[in-house]
Amino acid sequence: MFRALQQLHEFATSYNLLLLLEGGARTLVLSAAGCVCGFVLGFALAVLRHTAAGWLLPARILGVVYVEMFRRIPFLVTLFLVFYAFQALGLDVPVFWVAVASTCVIGTAYLSEVVRAGFAAVPRAEWDAAATMNFSLLQTLRFVVVPQAWRVVVPPAFAFFLSFIKDSALASQIGVVELTFVGKIFNNRGLMPAIAFGSVLIAYFVISYPLARLGARLEGRLALSRAH
Amino acid sequence: MPYLELTDIGASYGSKPVLAGVSLSLERGEIASLIGPSGSGKSTVLRVLVGLLTPSGGSIRLDGKPIDVGNTATIRDLRRRFAIVFQQYNLFQNMSVLRNVMIAPLKVKHRPREECESEARRLLAQVGLGDKLHAYPDQLSGGQQQRVALARALALRPEVLLLDEVTSALDPELVAEVLDAIRLLAAEGMTMLIVSHEMGFVREVSSQVVFMADGRTVESGPPAQLLDNPRTPRARDFVGKILRH
Repeated sequence: MFRALQQLHEFATSYNLLLLLEGGARTLVLSAAGCVCGFVLGFALAVLRHTAAGWLLPARILGVVYVEMFRRIPFLVTLFLVFYAFQALGLDVPVFWVAVASTCVIGTAYLSEVVRAGFAAVPRAEWDAAATMNFSLLQTLRFVVVPQAWRVVVPPAFAFFLSFIKDSALASQIGVVELTFVGKIFNNRGLMPAIAFGSVLIAYFVISYPLARLGARLEGRLALSRAH
Repeated sequence: MPYLELTDIGASYGSKPVLAGVSLSLERGEIASLIGPSGSGKSTVLRVLVGLLTPSGGSIRLDGKPIDVGNTATIRDLRRRFAIVFQQYNLFQNMSVLRNVMIAPLKVKHRPREECESEARRLLAQVGLGDKLHAYPDQLSGGQQQRVALARALALRPEVLLLDEVTSALDPELVAEVLDAIRLLAAEGMTMLIVSHEMGFVREVSSQVVFMADGRTVESGPPAQLLDNPRTPRARDFVGKILRH
């Protein structure tokens, strides 16, 4: 007990806190980048899969293969794939950017399915009506589909973001100094695991909890706006 | 030369054939009705005309010119001329009544906003919904929604109005208000192709009735002839069943 208190005193240096803060920032940026980039590219992919033009068929098939593949590969494997892909291309990219690229790859695959489910939630009949009125695909999306689909899209997209904050811990495996890696550093320095990983645990909570509350509030607002 | 002429149209949903020889012709200002048993392909004919289904055979001529159904520009032109009203109204749930009617003229045809809005107000007043401009579709009855759909189709200023069983989804007491709105259009000389089970209405407004069965047009003629004295056994059988009660 005395040792624990003594270690806690040793631990509470500005250097360690800075390390924790930096790790936390990397974890947050990693997941947020994956989600933002994944949402943009995933949206584009979902739109692509809704096109009908014959010359886009190869792109549509590639899109399906991409989504089905990266939703099934573990994140750790994706990390190594991207890592070695950069090496094979002869690009000397810092591991942090390798991790960001990986979260984008995974985020795109998952969120394109979330967006696609949102599109599918808008009745076929409204798509048909828009088509017969000569709306283009983008006009149909902008005026009819997206305003109705976002209620279906936001909750699972947010859940994905939150779970991704935890999954990004795997980036420590390729040497990204995010929260989990910081915990390992503390541990290696001889701090007791309870303090080394306990501090990391608290940091994860501090990041996730406000986001979870924000998500819950957003969902509450969606439920309200449905009953107009 | 008829305005619209379909010859031997065939079409299928996937591997399931739904049309297997549809031929009909329509003059400007004429009202033609498609009748026949459920599943005979009546609605499918309308879906072909607005490019929601590509026919697998036959030919469509418009003003004497053949239509290339594989060409996107041609389909867009078809959709400029034909406006369809669906059985289930298909209103945009996220838009007010007024916006449902204005949106296509404003965003697709790029007409000035004031013009779109005043025309939408006029059309909605015409179908008796001048007081529901800011309501949303789910706040309206089926009959009201169908009248909004009618106004929305008219706002496109189509040459032909296609009506796909527009009263089939309505409660009986709401049918009359929709039929009244259509009668008004008929009196104005609007060209229409109607799919309907309302035989009294078909007889009253149509200049031509076309009987379909199993994806084919079997017989056509003026309502008095087709409904009272059909020549083919299948039409006689159908009309007999319908008019008996």
